[in-house]
Amino acid sequence: MCGIVGLFLKDKALEPRLGALLSDMLITMTDRGPDSAGIAIYGPSAKGAGKITVQSADPKSDFKGLGAALSKKIGTEVSVDVRATHAVISLAVDKLDAARDALTELRPGITVMGRGESVEIFKEVGLPKDVAERFGIGKMSGTHGIGHTRMATESAVTTFGAHPFSTGPDQCLVHNGSLSNHNNLRRELIKAGLRFETENDTEVAAAYLSHKLAEGQNLGHALESGLSDLDGFYTFVVGTKSGFGVLRDPIACKPAVMAETDEYVAFGSEYRALVGLPGIENARVWEPEPATVYFWEH
Amino acid sequence: MPSFDLAKVPLRELNQALHNVTAGTNEMDFEVLNPRGAHAVAVGIDAPVNVDVRGNCGYYCAGMNAEATITVHGSVGPGVAENMMSGTVVVKGDASQYAGATGHGGLLVIEGNASSRCGISMKGIDIVVKGNIGHMSAFMAQAGTLVVLGDAGDALGDSLYEAKLFVRGKVKSLGADCVKKKMKPKHLELLAELLKRAGITDVKPEEFTRYGSARQLYNFNIDNADAY
Repeated sequence: MCGIVGLFLKDKALEPRLGALLSDMLITMTDRGPDSAGIAIYGPSAKGAGKITVQSADPKSDFKGLGAALSKKIGTEVSVDVRATHAVISLAVDKLDAARDALTELRPGITVMGRGESVEIFKEVGLPKDVAERFGIGKMSGTHGIGHTRMATESAVTTFGAHPFSTGPDQCLVHNGSLSNHNNLRRELIKAGLRFETENDTEVAAAYLSHKLAEGQNLGHALESGLSDLDGFYTFVVGTKSGFGVLRDPIACKPAVMAETDEYVAFGSEYRALVGLPGIENARVWEPEPATVYFWEH
Repeated sequence: MPSFDLAKVPLRELNQALHNVTAGTNEMDFEVLNPRGAHAVAVGIDAPVNVDVRGNCGYYCAGMNAEATITVHGSVGPGVAENMMSGTVVVKGDASQYAGATGHGGLLVIEGNASSRCGISMKGIDIVVKGNIGHMSAFMAQAGTLVVLGDAGDALGDSLYEAKLFVRGKVKSLGADCVKKKMKPKHLELLAELLKRAGITDVKPEEFTRYGSARQLYNFNIDNADAY
C-alpha cells in the first residue's frame, strides 16, 4: 500500500515549520505502511557548500573520528553532525565525489543515503513517529521535502529498502506502487554506468530519472519519458534542489490528492494527510490526473 | 438532533449509533462534524435516517447504505457509496476513485467531479455527476444509470453489460464493447426523472448522448479475442 507525502513551500515564513508539518503529514499516513519510514528535507544551502547523509548499522564505531579521518583523506575541512544511525557530513560541494569514494575506503560499513547542496535524507525501519523523533525531523527547517511510509511488496524490509531513494545529487523519489520491468531496466541502467545499492524497484525509478537528468532533460521531461519506459503501478513524488514533481501511471489506481494555496503545494496519499496544514480549508484540492506530470520550481 | 464531533468521539461510536436506529424512532436526523478525511464515515446504515456530514471524508464514506439519506458537505475519498442498496447519497464536493462501485440500488449524486472508475461494476444504482468523470468509468457495469453533466475520461463503459450511460459533455474515448446509442422517448423519460430526483432543473434530457453495450462480449467468441 504505502503512504507518501510531499510539501513544497512558496511562503518563506513557513520554512522553519517544514520538518514539523511534513512529519505530521507522514505520521497520519502510518497505517498505510508500518514497515519503514523516511523523509528527505531540502534545507538551507550556502554557496559552495555540500552535504552527504550517511547511515551506519554501527554508528558508535563508524562515526567516531570520522570527521578528522575524512578531512585528512580528502584534504579539506569537514564537519559531521551525528543523528542516531545517520550523520550529515558538511564539506565543500566540489569534494562530494572525492568524499564518497573516501568513505567507502575509510568506513566500509557506511551507506550514502543522499548527497548534494541541500538535501538531507533520514530513513529507517520503524513507524514514522519513531523515525521522525529519532532524527529530530520536527525541528528541521527547509524549502520542501518528501516522505514515505512503506508496506514492503517488492523487496526486503530493511533500512535500504526504505524510501526516499536518492540516485543523484539533490534528487530523491518516493513511490507508492510496484514496477514490473525493474529488473530489465536495472540491467540497462547499470550498462549506462549507474550504481545500485539495493534490489528495490523504486531505486530503479530513481536511477532512471537521474539518468535522464544527466542526459540533459529537465525533471518535467524526465518524468514524461518515464511514462513510456516505466511499466507498473506508480504514484511518484520527486524532489530536486529547487523543484517538486508528481507523476501517476496511466491506470492511476494508487491514490493521490493534492492541495495548493498561496503558501504551499502539498501532496498526500489521502486527504487525511493534509488536514493539519495551515489554511487547508481554503486550499484548491484536487486529484492529479493519470499520466500527467505536475511540477513546481522555486 | 444527535451530533457527533469526530474530533472528540471515535468513529465507531457514530457508526454504532447509526446502526442502533430502530423502526419507529423519532431520532431521524444526525449530524457529523470534523470528519477530517476519516475513513468509513456513516457506513452500513439500514434505516431511513438523514445524516449530514460537515467536512471532507476519506475512503468508503456511506458504504453499503440502505434507506438512509446521507449528505456530505465536502469532498470524499475513494469508494463513496460503494455497494449501496437503496437510499440517497449526495456529495457536495468532489469524489475520488470508484464512486458508487458495485451499487445495487439507490441514488448517488456528486455535485463536483468524480475521478476514475466511477460506477465500476454498478448493479442497479443510479449515479448523477454534475461535473466530469475520470477514466474507465462504468467498467463492467451491469445495471443502473450513470448520468454525467460534464465530460467523461478514457475508456467509458469498458466491457459494459446492461447499464445505461448518459453523457452531456465530451467523451474522451469509449471502452471495449461500449457504443453510442440512439436516444428513444423512454430514455428521455428516464433521464428527466433522474435529473429531477437529483434536483437538477436547468438541464434538458435532450442535451445528453446515450451510450450502452454493443453486446459483442457477452459470450466468449474467439473472433472477439482482440477486444477483451
